[in-house]
Amino acid sequence: MSTDAPRTRFRDSQIEMAHGAGGKASRRLVEGLFAPLFFPASTEPLSDAAHLTLNGVRIAITADSFVVKPLRFPGGSIGELAVNGTVNDLAVSGARAEALVVTFVLEAGLPSEVLEAEARAMAQAAAKAGVVIAGGDTKVVENGKADRMYITTAGIGCPMPELNLSAASVRPGDKVLLSGPVGDHGVTILLARGELDLEAELCSDTRSVLPMVEAIALAAGPGVRWMRDPTRGGLATSLNELARDAGVGVRLAEESIPLRDAVRGACELLGLDPLHIANEGQFVAIIAPEHADAALEALRASPGGGEAALIGEIREQPVATVLGAASYGGTRVIDMLVGDPLPRIC
Amino acid sequence: MKFVDEFRDPAVISKTADEIRRLADPARHYRFMEVCGGHTHAIYRFGLKDLLPENIELVHGPGCPVCVLPMGRIDDGLSIAQDSNTIFTAFGDMMRVPGRHGSPLQHKARGMDIRIVYSPSDALKLARKNPGRHVVFFAIGFETTAPSTALTLMRAKAAGVRNFSVFCNHVTIIPAIRAILDSPDMRIDAFIGPGHVSTVIGCRPYEWIARNEHKPIVVSGFEPLDILQSIVMILEQLHRGEAKVENQYKRVVPWEGNRAALKAMAETFDLRHYFEWRGMGFISQSALRIRDSYAEWDAEARFSIPGVRVTDPKAAQCGEVLKGVLKPSQCKLFGRECTPENPIGALMVSSEGSCAAYYNYEHRKRQPLTQLSVAV
Repeated sequence: MSTDAPRTRFRDSQIEMAHGAGGKASRRLVEGLFAPLFFPASTEPLSDAAHLTLNGVRIAITADSFVVKPLRFPGGSIGELAVNGTVNDLAVSGARAEALVVTFVLEAGLPSEVLEAEARAMAQAAAKAGVVIAGGDTKVVENGKADRMYITTAGIGCPMPELNLSAASVRPGDKVLLSGPVGDHGVTILLARGELDLEAELCSDTRSVLPMVEAIALAAGPGVRWMRDPTRGGLATSLNELARDAGVGVRLAEESIPLRDAVRGACELLGLDPLHIANEGQFVAIIAPEHADAALEALRASPGGGEAALIGEIREQPVATVLGAASYGGTRVIDMLVGDPLPRIC
Repeated sequence: MKFVDEFRDPAVISKTADEIRRLADPARHYRFMEVCGGHTHAIYRFGLKDLLPENIELVHGPGCPVCVLPMGRIDDGLSIAQDSNTIFTAFGDMMRVPGRHGSPLQHKARGMDIRIVYSPSDALKLARKNPGRHVVFFAIGFETTAPSTALTLMRAKAAGVRNFSVFCNHVTIIPAIRAILDSPDMRIDAFIGPGHVSTVIGCRPYEWIARNEHKPIVVSGFEPLDILQSIVMILEQLHRGEAKVENQYKRVVPWEGNRAALKAMAETFDLRHYFEWRGMGFISQSALRIRDSYAEWDAEARFSIPGVRVTDPKAAQCGEVLKGVLKPSQCKLFGRECTPENPIGALMVSSEGSCAAYYNYEHRKRQPLTQLSVAV
């Protein structure tokens, strides 16, 4: 955040769904209430994982809770999300996940087979991501007091030596690199709830992005300035946070953003902006211009990165703003997510 | 994507924009009102203002159903929702519109059973699933949404679903256009006519605007090319000194409208003598009420509604913005006290509200950092 920006204050009288949606209200809660109490001395912009030095050893640490409804959906389940989400938060902070601990909050009456299925899904996802589940805790609440199950995972990882990421290193002229199509996860969940009479061939994109992050670290390490996985709040919110934290403008060529027809169609119908929809297996990176092609090539060559694209660039102006440009010449401001169009998405 | 990409073709769009520049008389200043909030949203979302010459000004009209609803009706609706046996349903757009003591969303956070539905028939489904509770649907909208409410009422009656009712706030577009034309501080050269409303009412109801007021009106679709082409059609009429109703949105809008939809509306609704519009005051014959033959499904007949009247905050200039007299950014509260996150007026809530559209897509393009509200 630019130094002369007024300090955020949390004045909301009660907690609402929007405070958990990853958009403006979430940011206000974290910056206005938590940050001043938990890390009053820090001037660093907030990111997906904290990097600390303990007894001379650098580590990265993060935690994430999962409250998705329904528990299972095409392409994944809450257990898979819980592993991949935390692995990804570490990956986009520039760290390789090493170990996770997991907490379950279970509702009395939950069929054991449902729990077992999720535990299996977690074990599989962890094996695939190359991370150990090292411990955890279980709590049970009365029937009706939680929605079947909530999962929290905390992860610890080692920073990759090739990467040194920070919003402050982002410069005008840098390129915006996206790992693949946006909106798959959020729209899949929305359709899986069955509240809309809409059907589409669509799967959640939940996966570990670590192999893709490693590929660009190797190909363009010193040129990688900043990364984020655009989960709740979508790509628009992640890039707005960058624009504010780095004091730059972001200009996107809207037609170059990969987007499946099913996602686009559902969003057109429902009046949602696909750039506000949650993703669980994508990341966005800012790359120095001279490294951009190498990063793109490496990403496209890595498994699952075939649809990666350069979607825009960093500009000096307008500061703290994300602009979308259409090929016919019109531009629009792309704001952070306001409110919560799709609650309980991850 | 079919039926979308054809209307966003860059080459055709820039050709149409050239045509607009060729037709616009540089010595004139044009003011065209887009009546419908859907158009306002599209104009900002697609950045169409960037493609128009400076002397064509688009004025935002009153066609945003959430925006024109006075705050008192929201409080009235929430008074029904207070009963713990009630499930209160509304479109997502309504959820963040402030009442005197908070929005439906804030009331939901405090524990009221308020749910978002995507259509009135979803609310009826909910009633069938919950026979022990009463489901109320908060109906809003112009002639676009009124038919689906009408059909839902007919279905509820036919199936004898007695734990369902509608709190009707449907309004009609023509009286609002008339009120704007009657307003002394208004100067409009032509209208971009509402596309979705016209799928129901057709194009005939606009003929008086051309005939009596001598203003062109072109019913338009919602894609970039639709809107630009409608502007070309308006300029051509002005160029020829004509004023008539034209239909640019022929692929969807039949000239005579949708008879089945109009019939369902006539079966279930009649006109209120008058209805309050936010910022525009009471307009006679401008809203629908549920007919007595459907009184059992009319929330206003079933519940005692306080009939709250709330004056908007003095500094808010929603009325002037709704009538197109002020631009959103000219309101004293715009972007300061009133933002999409903390809306004071409804125009800042709905994606079709001109203030929200302007705030989301436009105003930061033009503002230096010092004026930015960094209050995230």
